[in-house]
Parts: sequence; structure tokens; C-alpha cells
Amino acid sequence: MGKVFRFDNDVDTDQIIASQYLLFPSVEEMAPHTFESLDADFAKNVRPGDFVVAAENFGCGSSREQAPSVLKALGVKAVLAKSFARIFYRNCINIGLPAIVCKDLYEHVHTGDDIELSMIEGTVTAGGQTFACTKLPAHLQGILDQGGLIASLDV
Amino acid sequence: MGMTIAEKIIARAAGLPEVHANDIHTVELDFLMSNDGTTHLTIDMYNALKHPRIADVRKLVWIVDHNVPCDSPKTAASQKKMRDFAKENGITFYEGAGVCHQIMIENHVVPGQLIFGADSHTCAYGALGAFGTGVGCTDYLYGMVTGKSWVLVPETLRFNLTGALSNGATARDLILTIIGQIGANGANYHAMEFAGPGMASLTMSDRIAICNLCVEAGAKTALMEVDDITMNYLAAHGGRRPEACFASDPDAKFEKVYDINLSTIVPVVAKPHFVDNIAPVSECTGVRINEAFLGSCNNGRLEDLRLGTSIIKGKKVAPTVRFLVVPASREVYLEAMKEGILDTFMEAGAIVMNPNCSVCWGSCQGVIGKGETLISTGTRNFKGRAGHRDSFVYLGSAATVTASAIKGEISAAFT
Repeated sequence: MGKVFRFDNDVDTDQIIASQYLLFPSVEEMAPHTFESLDADFAKNVRPGDFVVAAENFGCGSSREQAPSVLKALGVKAVLAKSFARIFYRNCINIGLPAIVCKDLYEHVHTGDDIELSMIEGTVTAGGQTFACTKLPAHLQGILDQGGLIASLDV
Repeated sequence: MGMTIAEKIIARAAGLPEVHANDIHTVELDFLMSNDGTTHLTIDMYNALKHPRIADVRKLVWIVDHNVPCDSPKTAASQKKMRDFAKENGITFYEGAGVCHQIMIENHVVPGQLIFGADSHTCAYGALGAFGTGVGCTDYLYGMVTGKSWVLVPETLRFNLTGALSNGATARDLILTIIGQIGANGANYHAMEFAGPGMASLTMSDRIAICNLCVEAGAKTALMEVDDITMNYLAAHGGRRPEACFASDPDAKFEKVYDINLSTIVPVVAKPHFVDNIAPVSECTGVRINEAFLGSCNNGRLEDLRLGTSIIKGKKVAPTVRFLVVPASREVYLEAMKEGILDTFMEAGAIVMNPNCSVCWGSCQGVIGKGETLISTGTRNFKGRAGHRDSFVYLGSAATVTASAIKGEISAAFT
């Protein structure tokens, strides 16, 4: 069980983490500035196990991996959106942050709601209703299962 | 079944006779480009590997272009890490020489290649018939260590171009119009391929501007056929030879085909805060601006600077406007000096800067303050992209930006 932080359509990577923080030495130093332009208190309020829920085209724009990395560093358990921009999506899987396409969830939750994600079942439960998520292609699920792409380099 | 250009390039990189959209394949990468926006993190990840190794150092090109010259001790530390690592490992390295994509196109990319760049605008390489796509540092690191990666073969949106640009419209207006038409995710996961008789009227600079911006519609890559214009460009830039020149087969499968007559394109701007929020310049005239920016990997080439000087020669930048002119590379800068272009801009009151990403990426130089408005040839107009979160960015062509800098408000260059 975790809380929802809900965002709209076309949230770009500059909103997730702005350019002026990208050259900070570490992701940990960038993380307090996550979603600064949209919700200045996000980094203070989010707790490990919480969820980011969004509408269409989440993570559009830059290829900066800092965007999914700051979410992961803050303990976000998964990002659930109607659709994702492709570089952001690929970066999420590569670093082991579940990016899950869930078409119907956005309309049924608000920021602060509690939801439960079952990765195995491929479902999300919110307010007593259960929503199906799109299953990852086997290749991508394999990367996620091993803890991200880099894990395969260390064997 | 026939193949698209994207399929042919991936087939070559995968060592297979044929591949088709939606397959996943392991591919050999031709180049891996990385800039100072993310390389310091890639190095940390590399150093944390149990068995760090570089598959083929000749494939790596590292370019410091985002914060040049460096603006803070923190940035200096990140750039030093990159500089030192490049030197220790013999990686091809540029600093202060220009924006990464311009440097790659001027010096490295050839037709038929498959290239990963740790920057979303890597799709610009399609202007040379190469498959460039943006990746994050984990993908980059995997490619650096193995020389390979995996790709999902994209479906292709085909744009058949006819006619020629007129009405004061530029290639920039064309691609903004297309993005406005298909939307910010209209090409998500897709390749955008440009072909047709209209291509003959587009210069290499035009083609780069078109391909570069395709990621703003979500595209994985952008592609064009190799022709005499491409070959002449390669000949003039080091005499580079193609790996392979591909065109889509007549029976290739396109997800969708768009027919565009270039003569119907008019000057447009992208209004805040989305690149697909397109309107004709004529609908936005009169919007007061505080800053104008002519530069970036999209529109900082000699052709763009020439267009700007043709409009500003003998005139002055409005006293209420800072006009930043930033050539995209040292090559462009040197040529602009020889042609007297920089003199013209300076005499008009513009601020001419060193080649770098500048305000296009909203850190380092030229950032705008609360409530301010910028008109830019940069790549994006996202909220806060150019500085303060409560500021406004309009995107337009070199002509529109220059005319607006003179007027102090958004203005059409040709009426």
C-alpha cells in the first residue's frame, strides 16, 4: 500500500528534474528538487513505497536518466501512466524502476489516495476497484526481474 | 516483405538479412555519443562495475557542450571527472567546440550507421541517413561495455514532401507544423521518415533541423534517404564515405503516410509550454519579449545566422531585448567570422556567445527570470526550460526570432 501523487498529460523530464540540477555530483543531491516546478513539496512529502500516477506521454523530452533516478532515489515504488515517452520508459526499466501502463487508473485516483500494486497479477487496487495493467514484453520483464540492465554486466 | 530505412539499418546492425517492426534485436552500435549533461553519472556507474571495461574505445565520442564555459564549482567537478576519464581511456573528446550533435554531424556520422547518444536530439543524424536515438546513462554504459544493445524495431511514419518552401517559411516552420499536427506523442516509439521530390529543395542544414526536432513528437529516430546533397556534405566534411545508403522499399510497410506540400507551410511559433502548441506567427504578433535566442543544435548553423543577418543588417536590437546569438560549432563560428556575420550581429547590439547549448537547456547562460518571455530557435519550450519556473518560451525560426529581437515583440520577418 502506498500513496498516489497524480500528474497530468505530457509531464516532461524538465518538470521531473530541472536542468540546473543535472550536473550536481550525485542523484541524491538532485532528489530534493524532484517535481519542483509542479509540486515544490513533493520531495518532502513522498515516502518510500508511494506511487506516481500520470495521464498520457509521461516523461517526454530529454533523455536525462536523472528523471527516473530521482524518483527511484526517493523510494517511488512504480510509475503508473496511461502512456510513457519512450526514452523515459526505457530508462525506468533499465534502472529497475517499474514503469507500468495502466489506462484506467488515472481517472479513478487523486493525490493522497492509497493504492496497492500487484506486479505478479499485473493489477492495481484503488478505492475497492481493481484495474488491469498492460504486461511488459518478456525481454523487458527480464531486465526488471534481474534488477536493471547493469546487473547483467556484473555476472 | 519490403523494409523501411529504419528496418534496413537495424538489420545491418543486427547482422540479419531482414528485420521487421516490433521485433526486438541485439545490435552492434557504430558510435556512442555522450555529453556533460549525464556523463559524470555514467562514469560513477562504470567505476562501480565488478569488471569495468570498454568494448571499443573508437566508438566513444564525449563532448562538453551543455555548460560551457562552466558556471559553478559543482559543474566544474562533474566536467573534470569526464575530462580526466576521457584522457585516461583515450576517448575522443571535445570541449568548447560546439553542440554535440553539430560536432557529430560535422565530423563523425555517416549514412547507414546505428548510433546511441546520451541526448534526446540524437535523432538529428537521420539527416545523413543514420539511425540516431537518445538513451539514458544505463543504456549508454551497457553499450560502452559491450559495444552492443537491444532495440525494438520501430514502425515508420512516412512524410512525402512535394513542392518547395515559400511564404518566408523555413524547415523549422515545417517541422513545428508537423509536430503541431501529430502532437507531442504523435510519433512515440516510431521512426519518422522524410522522402519525396520536395527533399531536393532542402539543404543539409534544413534536413538537420527537421530530423533534430522529431523527438518532440516522441519519435525514436528520424530518417532521410542519401542523395547528392548528403554526399556533397560528406565530401566537404572530411571526405567521409557512407557505410550504407538505404531507401525504403516500394512495398515497405508504413504505419501511416502523410503528404505535405511544402508551399503550404507558413511561419509558425510553438507557444508556451508545449512544442505541439503551434500557431501562425501572425496570431502571436505583439507579444512582448525580454530575450531572443538564435542558436542550438536545431538552428545555430551558418544558414540560420545568414538568414538572421539578412533581416538585422542596418537595424538595431530593441533596447528592451537581450539578443543572444550562439553559433552551433566552432566551424560555424569561424565561417561566420569570415563572412562578417558576427560583425553584423554585434553592430546591431546582439550578444554573440561561444558555441554551446546556451539557454536552450536553461542552465549556464542566458537564463530568464520570473515572468520573462523568450523567443528561441532552441529545441523546447517546456515550463521553466529556460530559467525560472514562471517564465515563458516561444519557439520559432531564425527569421522570426531575429525579427522579434528588432521589434521587441513577436513579429513576422516577412509580411
